[in-house]
Amino acid sequence: MGYEPQADFGTPESRSDESVSLTVDGREVTVPVGTSVMRAAREAGGDIPSLCATDSVKSFGSCRMCLVEIEGRRGTPASCTTPAEAGMVVRTQTPRLAKLRRGVMELYISDHPLDCLTCSANNICELQDTAAEVGLRDVRYGYEGANHFAKSPDLSNPYFLFAPDKCIVCSRCVRACDEVQGTLALAVDGRGFASKISAGQASDSFLSSECVSCGACVQTCPTSALMEKSVKQLGKPERSVVTTCAYCGVGCAFRAEMKGEQLVRMVPWKDGKANRGHSCVKGRFAWGYANHRDRITSPMIRENIDQPWREVSWDEAMRFAADRIAAIKAEHGPRALGGITSSRCTNEETFLVQKLVRAGFGTNNVDTCARVCHSPTGYGLSTTFGTSAGTQDFDSAEQTDVFLVIGANPTDAHPVFGSRIKKRLRQGAKMIVVDPRRIDLVKSPHIEAAHHLALQPGTNVAVLTALAHVVVTEGLADEDFVRTRCDWDEYQDWARFVADERHSPEFLETVTRVPAATLREAARLFATGGNGAIYYGLGVTEHSQGSSTVMAIANLAMATGNIGRPGVGVNPLRGQNNVQGACDMGSFPHELSGYRHISQGDSRKLFEDDWGVALDPEPGLRIPNMLDAAVDGSFKAIYIQGEDILQSDPDTHHVAAGLAAMDCVIVHDLFLNETANYAHVFLPGSSFLEKEGTFTNAERRIQPVRRVMEPANGPIGQGLEDWQVTQLLANAIGCDWNYTHASEILAEIARLTPTFAGVTWDRVIAGEQLQWPVTDAAPQGSPVMHVGGFVRGKGKFVVTEYVPTDEKTGPRFPLLLTTGRILSQYNVGAQTRRTANSTWHPEDVLEIHPTDAENRGLADGDMARLASRAGETTLRVKVTDRVAPGVVYTTFHHPDTQANVVTTDNSDWATNCPEYKVTAVQVTPSNGPSEWQESYAEQARRSRRIAAEPAE
Amino acid sequence: MSGTLAKLQRMADQIALNFTAIGKDNAVLATADHIAKFWDPRMKAAIFASDLSILSPIARSAVENLRAGHEPPPQTGATEFNAVDEVGHSDAG
Ligand code: SF4
Ligand code: SF4
Ligand code: SF4
Ligand code: FES
Repeated sequence: MGYEPQADFGTPESRSDESVSLTVDGREVTVPVGTSVMRAAREAGGDIPSLCATDSVKSFGSCRMCLVEIEGRRGTPASCTTPAEAGMVVRTQTPRLAKLRRGVMELYISDHPLDCLTCSANNICELQDTAAEVGLRDVRYGYEGANHFAKSPDLSNPYFLFAPDKCIVCSRCVRACDEVQGTLALAVDGRGFASKISAGQASDSFLSSECVSCGACVQTCPTSALMEKSVKQLGKPERSVVTTCAYCGVGCAFRAEMKGEQLVRMVPWKDGKANRGHSCVKGRFAWGYANHRDRITSPMIRENIDQPWREVSWDEAMRFAADRIAAIKAEHGPRALGGITSSRCTNEETFLVQKLVRAGFGTNNVDTCARVCHSPTGYGLSTTFGTSAGTQDFDSAEQTDVFLVIGANPTDAHPVFGSRIKKRLRQGAKMIVVDPRRIDLVKSPHIEAAHHLALQPGTNVAVLTALAHVVVTEGLADEDFVRTRCDWDEYQDWARFVADERHSPEFLETVTRVPAATLREAARLFATGGNGAIYYGLGVTEHSQGSSTVMAIANLAMATGNIGRPGVGVNPLRGQNNVQGACDMGSFPHELSGYRHISQGDSRKLFEDDWGVALDPEPGLRIPNMLDAAVDGSFKAIYIQGEDILQSDPDTHHVAAGLAAMDCVIVHDLFLNETANYAHVFLPGSSFLEKEGTFTNAERRIQPVRRVMEPANGPIGQGLEDWQVTQLLANAIGCDWNYTHASEILAEIARLTPTFAGVTWDRVIAGEQLQWPVTDAAPQGSPVMHVGGFVRGKGKFVVTEYVPTDEKTGPRFPLLLTTGRILSQYNVGAQTRRTANSTWHPEDVLEIHPTDAENRGLADGDMARLASRAGETTLRVKVTDRVAPGVVYTTFHHPDTQANVVTTDNSDWATNCPEYKVTAVQVTPSNGPSEWQESYAEQARRSRRIAAEPAE
Repeated sequence: MSGTLAKLQRMADQIALNFTAIGKDNAVLATADHIAKFWDPRMKAAIFASDLSILSPIARSAVENLRAGHEPPPQTGATEFNAVDEVGHSDAG
């Protein structure tokens, strides 16, 4: 078999429903209207030589290599720019064409260094392939003339290089950057022979340009002009395996291109519907952490957290853990035990951790990091729609006319989807951004939002209610939709509520700081501009009124009739790769997989019969409650898989106190993370390249995760996937589990979870694009939800009163801090910090408005002390008007900054999701790390010690 | 313990406050329903045993009802969970 690049059909697929038939070299071909002659020929199994065409971008027609003859037409048209028409008779291989093509090829080759044998693209080069196809035997022009050979390569990007001497100026890279990524970083400078590709200004290198290192240009380059450095170093891959990115909730499908167990490169898989062949810098390039020297490869234990770690066998680690768990259970009962499942891990692994807690420990104290990000989505959307999953697939954005993006920054946090939004905007769709900060979607090359509502942090509900006020009082509501699809009485109650004068934009302007006129125009645009789609992120959920904001969003979508068809909908943008899956798998303390409450006798019985144990009928503790209970002494042991709660959860001091109070903290991770400073048992984990299973992305799409290399946590042949480690722990405490492959766990999930009924491992790895529910009624899954009716009958309007947060500014803490993410780093940064991605974001910085900075005597690049009621830290200042006066902004990717030292224990009223997005703070000049940072660094250093191997 | 108790009291009041808009009687039911479905037994026990007079009136009635064993039927879409064999619904975070 060996390695084959993915097929390139030359021009993008046409999604037309109508088709045409034509004849290509005597063969009948039927293709959708709008397909090029080139694509028709290739779909029919033939080939036409080409250089400037590729199926990720529109055809350009510059290389003249793809000429064909068409009966009844004069000349030799370019097949990449000629649409297939009914009855066409096309000839792709004739002596005349061969001669023309050879002539073109000779010109290209005369300016191309012929060092093929040592070129990094040797054997994966389209120029070579094309030369072979046209039968090039001789170059008449000689190589002595002017050429581009001597130009030195641009090596500035850590992941790929640009070698100008290998460039054939096909402009595929420029078009990919424009059309696919939407960054417009590249240009063709000059004309004719003098033309060359450059990043931004002529003097710019890739690294100093606008380039975001998405890799689209590299993927599309036919030669080695743009090439992954890893290919240059390792050579051509020998096989490829389709798998799924383990970073964000977009869930991009990739081909892991391998050489033995060595990953050579990750290339986006064009048949994955989440990304359709695109990627971002994280999934495409930031996978080096899997082999980082910080990986812990042996289990470790210690009596208490002041001691150094001791490396032990799996057996000894499990015995140690099991003994502690048994002792705690005997003394304090099962409710003193608990666990946290990971949104980074597979569905199968998550399912097993909650099974271990419920069936093995005998308690429902299991929670997941979704608690701290999207739990309000669960609450809010199930209240209004009856189900809280996002209502659309990503393709839906192609039919959206007005985007309303609230508290999300897709170009940084969900980059591939961000690119799809930008593409749609360039086609003319409108954008409304509701965010305290001027994110890139407000203004970037060729894109400008129609409205930016730069609200005061913490006033989401007020803004949404004001938008609803305008919709209702100006008669813009879609009452026909509401009458047929929603509860009309509830709608009227709600409409009366929002129509009240105290919800008008004018009245609320002092609270929200959004000019009333702007807000009114935004409301009118959303209600009347065609298909309106709402996308939102953690800027909605991570507030004391997170759940209310989600309900207010749902109200607005229903009132404007924007639910239940492509192009519209309410779409939470999930943070981590498998947040959706972790929730589906029963990670919350009150419910079993498939969203069935633990108090329901028949639901419990289903699991009790299958598992052969009795389950506790009472809901368990959520993460913040676990920490409270630990400080109180009633919660003693925790098993944490793939989460770093010390860094990611708010109010670090409280998290640390809770962890320190426990007798048995088991951390299961790739690295000694911050939480592990408080752990007694460390179980080394496996990366997404080292295990099998499934992830579920933000569209509910269930995708494969494939093992392409041995888990690093054991000697050759003895490495363990994460679910195997959980199984060892379960068996050590007396369970009798015998799974031999993740597919057996998936089968158990399908058996016990109605939405997964039709999901099997075989279907997933065959590349079927399954979006749950996958049932008898919807055997192929369900891309759009609530078509024709809400899952639970009528949509419910819920009155949402704006309740200001308790977190208020005052003389001591006059600024509001809000937090977010950046493109190159991911969450707590455990992975991305261990890759060259740190080139772009080596530290967390504090964005502050020029006026606020000047008042404090701070200049760009100064160190500042950031203090709140909860704690303080220091970090570098970036002076920018992206944030409004009175607002400061930072990220939480770096443990040295520990931005969560300053966030408070305020939380969403319904779900306890922490209020990360609003903290009253003061910023002052500083000349060194805070006391906490210093003592923390020392404590972290001490607790990471590993004892030297004892002499045998 | 006191720190945790203060948090529980604040949570109960916060829940009650966000239900206020649906009217007092409904808000009492919804608050009780919410606590019953999402709080663990020790959290419930702690608030039952505390001085309820410092709670807001809605939170207080809700906790009193629960303490007396009156758990209301589901009051919102968020507390109507899937039946054992039902498809749909989701709490996904
Ligand atoms: S760098 Fe590659 S894709 Fe870009 S113009 Fe040159 S050959 Fe074409
Ligand atoms: S890596 Fe992406 S952003 Fe950078 S130049 Fe290439 S296509 Fe443009
Ligand atoms: S991080 Fe997200 S957008 Fe980037 S490649 Fe991975 S799944 Fe795609
Ligand atoms: S491939 Fe058609 S002109 Fe270049």
